[in-house]
Amino acid sequence: MDQFTINLLFVGASFALYIGIAIWARAGSTSEFYAAGRGVHPVTNGMATAADWMSAASFISMAGLIAFTGYDNSSFLMGWTGGYVLLALLLAPYLRKFGKFTVSEFIGDRFYSPTARLVAVICLIVASVTYVIGQMTGVGVAFGRFLEVSNTTGLLIGACVVFAYAVFGGMKGVTYTQVAQYCVLITAYTIPAIFISLQLTGNPIPALGLFGEHQASGEPLLVKLDQIVRELGFNEYTAHHADTLNMTLFTLSLMIGTAGLPHVIMRFFTVPKVSDARWSAGWTLVFIALLYLTAPAVGAMARLNITELMWPNGTDGEAVSIQQIDEDPAYDWMATWQKTGLLGWEDKNGDGMIQYYNDGNAEMQAKAEANGWQGNELTNFNRDILVLANPEIANLPGWVIGLVAAGGLAAALSTAAGLLLAISSAVSHDLIKGQLRPDISEKGELMSARVAMAGAILVATYLGLNPPGFAAQTVALAFGLAAASIFPALMMGIFSKKVNNSGAVAGMLAGLIVTLLYIFLHKGWFFIPGTNTFTDADPLLGTIKSTSFGAIGAAINFTVAYIVTSMTKPIPNEIKELVESVRVPRGAGAAQDGH
Amino acid sequence: MTDQTSNTVSTAESDRSYWKANVRLIRISLVIWALVSFGFGILLRPMLSGIPVGGTDLGFWFAQQGSILVFLALIFFYAWRMNKIDKDYGVEE
Repeated sequence: MDQFTINLLFVGASFALYIGIAIWARAGSTSEFYAAGRGVHPVTNGMATAADWMSAASFISMAGLIAFTGYDNSSFLMGWTGGYVLLALLLAPYLRKFGKFTVSEFIGDRFYSPTARLVAVICLIVASVTYVIGQMTGVGVAFGRFLEVSNTTGLLIGACVVFAYAVFGGMKGVTYTQVAQYCVLITAYTIPAIFISLQLTGNPIPALGLFGEHQASGEPLLVKLDQIVRELGFNEYTAHHADTLNMTLFTLSLMIGTAGLPHVIMRFFTVPKVSDARWSAGWTLVFIALLYLTAPAVGAMARLNITELMWPNGTDGEAVSIQQIDEDPAYDWMATWQKTGLLGWEDKNGDGMIQYYNDGNAEMQAKAEANGWQGNELTNFNRDILVLANPEIANLPGWVIGLVAAGGLAAALSTAAGLLLAISSAVSHDLIKGQLRPDISEKGELMSARVAMAGAILVATYLGLNPPGFAAQTVALAFGLAAASIFPALMMGIFSKKVNNSGAVAGMLAGLIVTLLYIFLHKGWFFIPGTNTFTDADPLLGTIKSTSFGAIGAAINFTVAYIVTSMTKPIPNEIKELVESVRVPRGAGAAQDGH
Repeated sequence: MTDQTSNTVSTAESDRSYWKANVRLIRISLVIWALVSFGFGILLRPMLSGIPVGGTDLGFWFAQQGSILVFLALIFFYAWRMNKIDKDYGVEE
């Protein structure tokens, strides 16, 4: 059986499973559609939230970004896990106590203002749509490779699949589907990592193997890796090269963004009790940590494998020859990935070999001149392909490659479905029922939810064709937006009895607009390529890149909210009582529809 | 503890001290949260560079492994402590 058939089998079987579950658990009433009737156990909820959370960014993209940058990209690891601490301590239990369905309902009630609710809905939609664009990038990469079609075709097929089960399943379908997806994706991520860790270090636990001994050389793995990347003129893997301010802000943006993303927060509305909301955040992080503790090992080991494949005779010997790439089965992955357009090489100096090195490094330029090299010849290595290509690079059996295909798709599709649900509930429940037509029938509300989903997926697919960055970078922008708009409003709503309606609205708007502006200035207006004034290599404000701006946006949000509050009418007593009741778990009961 | 049912004034007082206990616990937890990530993982890494961990230093380990493990411990610690505080103040569901 060839690899294409094996991939199809794995992907097909996993899809049949998810769609089967979605049909079996089809949502009936609106309350089931949004919050699964609140009967979900913390461990189950944790697993589903983990699948929802770990998207194409975590599964497909993140290890690749770490692999080619090293320590400096640790922000992704700390940021995307550290946010759960904020979520568990600062938001989840109180929002569960509040007992409504959506984040914007809380903001609308706490700030006693339909305008606040409307602004929150807009913030949610902007952040979620940006997030879905990142997912679509990952979907395109994964489908492109495993159906052996172009990136664009892969994206279009993926969009149809996401739409199908998100529309027909609702949250209940999604909850159990996502438990299945978690199992598929975590197996798919860890099995190749275990194989590779065994090959390189003899340690079956990748997180320990990373700090273990590289068996072939007898040196610690990270020492070996530092040495060979240094010899090719790249930054040492473990060293700190990034700007410290930007790295700190970036980590902070990802953390507070995590605690401000609607599709994650919504999960904590679905547990039976306030105490369960606390546990649920912990269980979610347990399931996430299984992948996040493995990811840095995947990145480092893949970087080592790739470099050694390019320099099979050592960095002092001859580079890999084109003949070997064409004939040796260990290099088959290069030909398959070349088809997607995401990997490329070019024999610039016509010596029949592919020299991979950092041609921006002065020392290497001198060496290149002496050896007759005319620039780095591994011309294109899209970071998003690393995890999916990893088992092929390490020469693992065909079934592992098929499994990773299924896992990558599970990650991208589950998150896309969760986000579409958040977008559709924001539009139908908060915007249409809450603002425009309060008398809409339950059936009409469900219908508008589905129309909103279809609209969101069309926009995301269109923008996903020309994404503003690698999957994880686009997703990081979505986190920045959530960090600057939603998180401060929620936190002030719970921890302050002073911040009033005008303060919250002004704060959210200021945070969202300034952050969005900063992103558009660097990534192009509405993410349309070529319309940017600045680049992240040379940002507008000092060293602060557009992906790190969320933390500044959040600070602006807090500041504006406090200033405006101090100049306007104090909050009424009944809102003070609402805040007091949200702070105490007593009498939480079941959630009600707010109308 | 105050009598929860008969006296609303003391309930309000008890709720206030319950909230204070909660905020104190949150503050301690967030100091640790920031210390292991922004501290050990980024800003204080140079100071930890003398402590070797498997081919690199402790700061690198905290940035890529340790911080995540501490985050996990923190959330479970908080959930366990808070559920206990809920009972002490009689505010559990």
